[in-house]
Amino acid sequence: MNKVVEKELLSENVVKLVVEAQAIARKQCPGQFVIVRTDEKGERIPLTIADADRERGTITLIIQRVGTSSCKITGLNPGDALADVSGPLGRPTHVEKLGTVLACGGGVGIAPLYPIARAFKQAGNRLIAVLGARNRELLILEKEMAAFADETIIMTDDGSYGRKGVITVGIEDVLKREPVHLAVAIGPAVMMKFTALLTKRYEVPTIASLNTIMVDGTGMCGACRVSVGGKTKFVCVDGPEFDAHQIDYDEMIQRLNTYKAEEKLSFDGYLKSLS
Amino acid sequence: MPVDPQDLHADRGQEWRNELRASLSAKERSALPRVRMPELDARERSAGFREVNTGLSEEMAVREAKRCLDCAAPTCISGCPVNINIPGFIKLIEKGDFLAAARKLKETNALPAVCGRVCPQEVQCEANCVYQKMKKPPVAIGYLERFASDCERLAGDVVVPAIENRSPVRVAAVGSGPASLTFAGQMAKWGYRVTVFEALHELAGVLSYGIPEFRLPKSIVRSEIAYLEALGVTFERNVIVGKTITIEDMREQGYQGFFIGSGAGLPKFMHVPGENAIGIYSSNEYLTRVNLMKAYQFPSYDTPIVRGKRVAVIGGGNTAMDSVRTAVRLGAEKAMIVYRRSEQEMPARIEEVHHAKEEGVEFLTLTNPIEYIADNEGRVQQMKVQKMGLGAADDSGRRRPVVIAGSDYLIDVDTVVVGVGTDPNPLIPRSIRGLEVSKWGTIVVDEATMQTAVPDIFAGGDIVRGGATVILAMGDGKKAAAAMRDYLLKKPAGG
Ligand SMILES: Cc1cc2nc3c(=O)[nH]c(=O)nc-3n(C[C@H](O)[C@H](O)[C@H](O)COP(=O)(O)OP(=O)(O)OC[C@H]3O[C@@H](n4cnc5c(N)ncnc54)[C@H](O)[C@@H]3O)c2cc1C
Ligand SMILES: Cc1cc2nc3c(=O)[nH]c(=O)nc-3n(C[C@H](O)[C@H](O)[C@H](O)COP(=O)(O)OP(=O)(O)OC[C@H]3O[C@@H](n4cnc5c(N)ncnc54)[C@H](O)[C@@H]3O)c2cc1C
Ligand code: SF4
Ligand code: SF4
Ligand code: FES
Repeated sequence: MNKVVEKELLSENVVKLVVEAQAIARKQCPGQFVIVRTDEKGERIPLTIADADRERGTITLIIQRVGTSSCKITGLNPGDALADVSGPLGRPTHVEKLGTVLACGGGVGIAPLYPIARAFKQAGNRLIAVLGARNRELLILEKEMAAFADETIIMTDDGSYGRKGVITVGIEDVLKREPVHLAVAIGPAVMMKFTALLTKRYEVPTIASLNTIMVDGTGMCGACRVSVGGKTKFVCVDGPEFDAHQIDYDEMIQRLNTYKAEEKLSFDGYLKSLS
Repeated sequence: MPVDPQDLHADRGQEWRNELRASLSAKERSALPRVRMPELDARERSAGFREVNTGLSEEMAVREAKRCLDCAAPTCISGCPVNINIPGFIKLIEKGDFLAAARKLKETNALPAVCGRVCPQEVQCEANCVYQKMKKPPVAIGYLERFASDCERLAGDVVVPAIENRSPVRVAAVGSGPASLTFAGQMAKWGYRVTVFEALHELAGVLSYGIPEFRLPKSIVRSEIAYLEALGVTFERNVIVGKTITIEDMREQGYQGFFIGSGAGLPKFMHVPGENAIGIYSSNEYLTRVNLMKAYQFPSYDTPIVRGKRVAVIGGGNTAMDSVRTAVRLGAEKAMIVYRRSEQEMPARIEEVHHAKEEGVEFLTLTNPIEYIADNEGRVQQMKVQKMGLGAADDSGRRRPVVIAGSDYLIDVDTVVVGVGTDPNPLIPRSIRGLEVSKWGTIVVDEATMQTAVPDIFAGGDIVRGGATVILAMGDGKKAAAAMRDYLLKKPAGG
């Protein structure tokens, strides 16, 4: 059992939880994730470690409500406990000094991007953050990112904040303007797909962090498999980061839809159980 | 663990055994028919996950026990990888002392209720029973083993041995499958402080996430774990050794010996076109969703699974049989085994193949998938297979399948389960410096002691053998415990 010690609403649908997990806090590196199960009947779902406090023995999770499991977990309050938290899983981000790094985050993808961007900054890179959200309410972690980024560009689909337009518009402006040595893209699969197409044109090496469906998170099931450069890879052990220019996004997007019908059934039942 | 013939002899020479043996002639004994395991009707059981074999009644068990001739040189024992004193426990059943029979089993086998159910007896103990020479069906050793241990559990009369010399020495087991459980039980009995670290949220490895409820009820597995807890073993769930904690960290915390029983959990795919389509599972994922995550109770449990109507399972081993029988229980109208060799070569237990057939599973042998075809949403719709012929025997003595040119055709499917085997998970071997690893990814050990190239690390079960059996994993755990004790006793204090 892992106790929730803090909770904060970051936007209408995004919740930050600080959770006790001593051993994981000690070991985690940017880019890694945990597998969480809220209760005895719960699914095992992957969530990125957005931050960690070794002294307190806690990790920070930032969760967007999209269905049953994410709603269950964001419904917890300080004092409640998660049934299981295991990790840290996945390979840590390979951080080095390269020059200029462009950190591109879409929606809740900004959460996993945050510790990675910070690590690149700490490694001595110039760091430009491009953050995208559908509207102002849904934008998260802007202040936290701006605190260390050399420049922060905000894009909203409806123009309610920052510049109006999709995230790739903001990214392209930077690519046109100055040399970029690495781009890191994390967000919805479509966003990563179009970011990768764009940076490919500018020949900027790019990594994407994938959010496939998982079960164990230790390489045991193959639920998380994706095609990278024509080869099948397991996101949980070979990733979650891959060369963004090699990923078969269409296959990945299809696989994310595997349980559309079941998810709806489950979520309707969940909503009913609340009322 | 070779048995001591003198012990066997003394056991057999007890007064009551002599009398019991004399009470019925060998001729009368061997004239009795072998008991049949009562089972649920195929139609009834296919609708749910209840255990198929319902177990012998007392009367049946005693009658079957009478068939055992209590041989002076029992050949059956050599067929059992842990050398259970087979006539010893069977004669206690004949005598009617079922609890004593269970205790006799536990002297050598920590998990008799499990082995009685899942051991491939037909190629182990029972294959070596003297009845084979008489061209008669062997004594049903497995059924009797299950019977005795079930009696003990149901009576709630499980005796936990008192532990005399508690040692301050701490040892760790990585993984909680049958290899580690056996190791842990043995070390705990010797007084060591044992901690078992398991990556998943549930204990017991394949016994929990792989073998389905209808063959091995999870309540049995849980009571075996409770027994180990009563012995003083500590279990730590959700700990991935190599990630959450390293062997190095544990050494610093004072652990002095390590047993790696991390299994062979990495699923193999066939790398044929279209294999990443929606609806294509590894058998590990399929069974894990159902057994560990209880997807068969979705939406009451949150984990979903595709409930296919036309399911093809690729492979011919236990994993494939468990998967296809699971598919039947999830409502498949057509459930198929697709196997590239013939039925004779299937590694699955005969009982499982038989049960699968009773449940309506179709067997497409000498058939191999070469491509999957998906609809425009990416869901698998058809599989292209080709027919195989049998060529010359390969290294394993099985005839090698050869492609029959131009024989391919399409089969409509909406779910495919790939159950063609597993490899050792590289996580552990990768995270420990100095371990010797074979080209198959298994950990190399000294076969006599199960010691690895790193002196304080021992290993056993599937991580050493590749996919093998429960009882072999248990045998390794036991052997490693004995060798680790020697190692710890010889080690200079404080070193
Ligand atoms: C390595 C990794 C790290 C992740 N980190 C975070 C994080 O920090 N914060 C966060 O909010 N989410 C994260 N996710 C995604 C998160 O796991 C899913 O949002 C969650 O599993 C959805 O479960 P649900 O029951 O709430 O929704 P469901 O009802 O199961 O699904 C709703 C919709 O979400 C999508 N979805 C389903 N499962 C996943 C999945 N595993 N990943 C992505 N989308 C999914 C599907 O398109 C689905 O239609 C991460 C995923 C991975 C693989
Ligand atoms: C579906 C199926 C059916 C089978 N049917 C039979 C049968 O009928 N009869 C039979 O005799 N055999 C059967 N087998 C084979 C048998 O189950 C295995 O040989 C046996 O379980 C191996 O035991 P083990 O202790 O080596 O490992 P496993 O049972 O594989 O357990 C290993 C455990 O280690 C954990 N682990 C792995 N890495 C780590 C880590 N880094 N840190 C912490 N924990 C870790 C895993 O999560 C797992 O729980 C079957 C196997 C399968 C998959
Ligand atoms: S443990 Fe297995 S092989 Fe040994 S006697 Fe029991 S059923 Fe037979
Ligand atoms: S060989 Fe068969 S008959 Fe003889 S002791 Fe063993 S089980 Fe009994
Ligand atoms: S989640 Fe099971 S292999 Fe990656």
